[in-house]
Amino acid sequence: MFQVRIHGRGGQGVVTAAELLSVAAFREGRNAQAFPSFGSERTGAPVVAFCRISNKEIRLREPVLEPDCLIVLDATLFRAVDVFQGLKPDGWLLINTNKPLAELHIDPVVQRLPKGHTVIVPATELALKHVKRPVPNAALLGAFAALGGQVHIDAVEAAIREAFAGPVGEANVAAAREAYDAALEQEKILTA
Amino acid sequence: MLKQIEGSRAMAEAIALCRPEIICAYPITPQTHIVEGVGALVRDGTLQNCEFINVESEFAALSVAIGASAAGARAYTATASQGLLFMAEAVYNASGLGLPIVMTLGNRAIGAPINIWNDHSEAMSMRDAGWMQLFAETNQEAVDLHIQAFKLAEEMSMPVMVCVDGFILTHAVERVDIPQQEDVDTYLPPYEPVQVLDPADPISIGAMVGPEAFTEVRFLQHYKQQQALSLIPVLADEFEDLFGRRSGGLLRTYKTEDAELIVVAMGSVCGTIKDTIDELREEGFLIGLVTLISYRPFPVDQLRDALAEAEHIVVVEKSVSVGMGGPLANDIDLALRNMAHPPRLHSAVAGLGGRPITKNSLADLFRQSLVQPWEGTHFLDLNERIVARNIHRSRKVRRSGPIAENLIRQMATEN
Repeated sequence: MFQVRIHGRGGQGVVTAAELLSVAAFREGRNAQAFPSFGSERTGAPVVAFCRISNKEIRLREPVLEPDCLIVLDATLFRAVDVFQGLKPDGWLLINTNKPLAELHIDPVVQRLPKGHTVIVPATELALKHVKRPVPNAALLGAFAALGGQVHIDAVEAAIREAFAGPVGEANVAAAREAYDAALEQEKILTA
Repeated sequence: MLKQIEGSRAMAEAIALCRPEIICAYPITPQTHIVEGVGALVRDGTLQNCEFINVESEFAALSVAIGASAAGARAYTATASQGLLFMAEAVYNASGLGLPIVMTLGNRAIGAPINIWNDHSEAMSMRDAGWMQLFAETNQEAVDLHIQAFKLAEEMSMPVMVCVDGFILTHAVERVDIPQQEDVDTYLPPYEPVQVLDPADPISIGAMVGPEAFTEVRFLQHYKQQQALSLIPVLADEFEDLFGRRSGGLLRTYKTEDAELIVVAMGSVCGTIKDTIDELREEGFLIGLVTLISYRPFPVDQLRDALAEAEHIVVVEKSVSVGMGGPLANDIDLALRNMAHPPRLHSAVAGLGGRPITKNSLADLFRQSLVQPWEGTHFLDLNERIVARNIHRSRKVRRSGPIAENLIRQMATEN
């Protein structure tokens, strides 16, 4: 079972990201379970959502305590909540930021992870470019498809189109595709 | 049709497939997505011959359902938590009048202190109200139980609550097989009421009954629920024949054949318990699970059969009867009563107000029940330090103030 925990702020599409990811996995014939952290969410407040992907039926209902992958939609959360709690030693870390990694001051965490397992993507910039709104979720899912091979980018794009019809869907798909390419490129450089 | 779908939306589609004629609802978290979903299906014409009535309160929601059901319509509503309490008077009336209303509970805690998260308190508060109460383990079962519930209610002329863990199931997006309309139509024929209010043939229902007959009325209600113990498994069998999967029934066993310890629980936590059991069995711990689906009627004989061979029973439940302990544990005790060598019963309360129930805590609990059994009711993952401090403080200070606010303040200062 592959477990993803998504951290962001109310309004960034955290819960939708988890749901879209589960739909993408479902489209590839896998079992998936997405659920929010059930707070009384408000715009700007820290929000967490979870997604499990497995080849077997998923029975577990506890929150994701030991994620295989962390997706962070807002890098300012590192100062507000213990984002890295339980992250597996061989886990993945995917961060939305337009800064260089060194400026995020999370080196101890990055160094613990295998080479190439920390990927940064300017997802909000990509969203503004394509979707014209600061919603980084679709772009990050595109980048996720480049990591670890859990879901294919085609399934992510199909899930986005299923949720958002017409031009909004296509704009999000474009953001996801660009983030996917950027993440692949970054991985190549980091693991070279 | 297989879908990756939010639990609430899946239930809404299932309810629409049951062709209710009246839906009345008042929104309350975490049930709201269900009635919103059915409302959308009425509006877009997917669900025909159905009137969706927005009412001014939960009391009105169930009262309208009562009126509609008494006039011969298939009626549905949903609520949670304080909403159920607000309709309490009508809850008893619906069952007392023998009206086959189906109501979903998106199970949620009861305040004060206000809490929107999941536990089973509100379902327990109405366990004696004469409704049948079925608990879903997964969203697939939630879908299937609704279809069975309409048939059960109408066969017994008695209302049914389908209890679904709020947020944990209602807000989870997962794989659900949504049945086909023609199959549901085959399984669930149109509603034929045993009593109906008809201006052309006037009768009165709900008249006053004095001491000369009230006992008999209640006896017959109790008798009817006992009869339902035979019908519920039949409906699950018929469902399996038609839809090809097992859902519902009175209870379900998991790895109990050789188990020295059997866990008993209701609802979505059973999935986490099964994963815990698989891991503990790898250590050689002979442990199994009984998932109780029908809480009312309570299957005493079937539980006794399922539990008789075990040495230990651990009941894990999401509610507490303040001043007594776990109500489910108390009921399980009834099933074990008068046995020559009953298993030892251990009662645990877990997941109150949405506290996550984790595999680690469950594994510790099950191990502890063998090596260091506790007396009375164990509160899983209780923060003993904060509780002890509060007890100490309230002993010292007469005007110690409200418990909830004191606890929150203490926890804030400790962090």
